[in-house]
Amino acid sequence: MAKKRVVSATINGEVVEFLCEPRQTLLEVLRDTLDMTGTKEGCSNGNCGACTVLLDGRPVVSCLVLAMEADGSEIRTIEGVARGSHLDEVQQAFLEGAALQCGICTPGFIMQTEALLQANPNPTEEEIRFYLAGNLCRCTGYDKIVRAVQAAAQKRLATT
Amino acid sequence: MHDFDYERPVSLVEALSLMARHNGHARPLAGGTDLIDQMRLGRHQPGALIDVKRIAELNVLAADADGLHVGAAVPCCRIVEQPLVNQQYTALVDSCRIIGGIQIQSRASVGGNLCNSGPAADSTPSLIALQGVCVIAGPAGTRRVPVERFCTGPGQNVLQPGELLVEICFPPRPPHSGSHYRRLIPRNEMDIAVVGVGAAVELDESGRTIRAARIGLGAVAPTPLWAEEAGALLAGQPADDVQFARAAEAARKIVSPITDMRGTREYRIHVTGVLVQRVLRAAVARARGEAFTYLPGH
Ligand SMILES: Cc1cc2nc3c(=O)[nH]c(=O)nc-3n(C[C@H](O)[C@H](O)[C@H](O)COP(=O)(O)OP(=O)(O)OC[C@H]3O[C@@H](n4cnc5c(N)ncnc54)[C@H](O)[C@@H]3O)c2cc1C
Ligand code: FES
Ligand code: FES
Repeated sequence: MAKKRVVSATINGEVVEFLCEPRQTLLEVLRDTLDMTGTKEGCSNGNCGACTVLLDGRPVVSCLVLAMEADGSEIRTIEGVARGSHLDEVQQAFLEGAALQCGICTPGFIMQTEALLQANPNPTEEEIRFYLAGNLCRCTGYDKIVRAVQAAAQKRLATT
Repeated sequence: MHDFDYERPVSLVEALSLMARHNGHARPLAGGTDLIDQMRLGRHQPGALIDVKRIAELNVLAADADGLHVGAAVPCCRIVEQPLVNQQYTALVDSCRIIGGIQIQSRASVGGNLCNSGPAADSTPSLIALQGVCVIAGPAGTRRVPVERFCTGPGQNVLQPGELLVEICFPPRPPHSGSHYRRLIPRNEMDIAVVGVGAAVELDESGRTIRAARIGLGAVAPTPLWAEEAGALLAGQPADDVQFARAAEAARKIVSPITDMRGTREYRIHVTGVLVQRVLRAAVARARGEAFTYLPGH
C-alpha cells in the first residue's frame, strides 16, 4: 500500500498536520480525520458544490482535491467563517432570509458567497446566479439564496 | 479509490524521469477535475499520479515574439484574468469561462481539457481556431503537434507512454483579427456542449473583407474537428451573412455526430450550421473593434 505521508496546511488560520494516504480527498480528510464535518458531501463528483472550501483564496470542490495536494496551502472552511460566537454577514443573511431548508448545501453556498463578495463586493443578481451556478440546492428554489447574498453584500458595503 | 502513489515534481526533468520510472503506470494530474472522478469510478487505475502543477514550464502564461504560451497546467481562472489573452485570444477566454462553474475553473486546466480528449471539450475548438500547437516532452525529446491532430478518438490522443504536454503555443494575432467560442447547452451553465464552435478571423484594413479564417468544432464527431474547408472558402470574401452561410454549409458536411440524450444527429448537424454563422458574426465584430461580450446563456 502507498505510504501515508504527513501533510501540513493552514486551516482557518491554524497550522494543522495530518497523516493521509494519496487516495484520500481533502473532503474525506476534513470530515473523517480532522472532524470538521461542516463541509458537506453531496455528489463526490464535482457537480453539487456542497464540499466547497477556499484553497489559497480560490473556491474549489474539496471532493476533487487530493489531501496531499493541499500540502503547504491555506484552507478556509465553513468552521472559519464566524468570528467567535458572532455569525458573519453572509451566515446572518442566510439565517434571516430563510435561505435554507435541509441545510446540506448551505456551507458550500456560504463559502462560495464569501469568495464572490471578496472578488466582487456589489454583484448584480445575474452575477450572483452565475457565480453560484456550481452550487446545487434541492430545497429552496434559489431565490431566497440570491436575496440573502444581496442582503449580505449590502450589509458589508454599509459597514466598510 | 484504489491505492496509488502521489508525486509532486518541481521540474520537467524530474517529472519525465518519474513518468519513466513508473513505466507506463503513472498518469499526470493537473486540476484533477476529470481524472479524480474517473479514478473514483474505476475507469483509470494508475499506479501513481504525477502532480504537474508545481512545474514551472507548465505554469507559463506569457507572450513573446513567438506568440502566446499557455502552460498545460494553468487553470482557467488564471487564463480569464490575463490581459493579453482578453484582448487578443478572446475565444480562449470564452471557453475558459464556461468550463464547469467557478469552483471547477479554479482547478481545471486547458492542458487537462485537451489531454482528457473528450469530443465535447470546450476549449479545444478555440485552440484549433487560434492555431494552437502542442509542445510535448518525452523520453525521446520534444515534439510539436498542431492541436487539430492531437486527439485521435474519444479519450484518445497522440501522447505516448512517458510523454507530457508542456504547453500550447499560439502564433501572434494579426491586426484586425477577432475570435469567439460558444456552445449550445439546454441550461444556462454547467452542462456538456450539444455543439461547440470556435472561430478566428482576420480582416483587411477596411474591415470588410476576410483575409483568413479558422473554425474548430466540438461534440459533432469522435474528436474535435478543424473545419479546414469552411475556413478556407472565406478567404478573400466579404465578411457578410451570405459567406457565413456558405461556411456553415461546408462545416455541416464534415460532421458525423451521434444521437444521445442531448440531441439527435440531425439536430446537431443543424445546430452546427447555426452556431458557425453566429460565431463568425461575433468574431468579425470583434475584429472590427466593436464591443461584443458573450454572456453564456443568452
Ligand atoms: C462539475 C464539472 C463540470 C465540468 N464542465 C465542463 C465543461 O463545461 N466543459 C468542459 O470542456 N469540461 C468540463 N468538465 C471537465 C473538466 O473540468 C475539464 O475537462 C478540465 O479542463 C480538465 O482539466 P484538469 O486540469 O482538471 O485535468 P485532469 O483531470 O487533471 O486531467 C485530465 C486528463 O489529462 C491528463 N493530463 C493532465 N495534464 C496533462 C499533461 N500535462 N500531460 C499529459 N496528460 C495530462 C490526465 O492524466 C487526465 O487523463 C467538467 C468537470 C466537472 C467535474
Ligand atoms: S460533493 Fe463535492 S461537488 Fe458535490
Ligand atoms: S437547503 Fe436543502 S439542499 Fe439546499
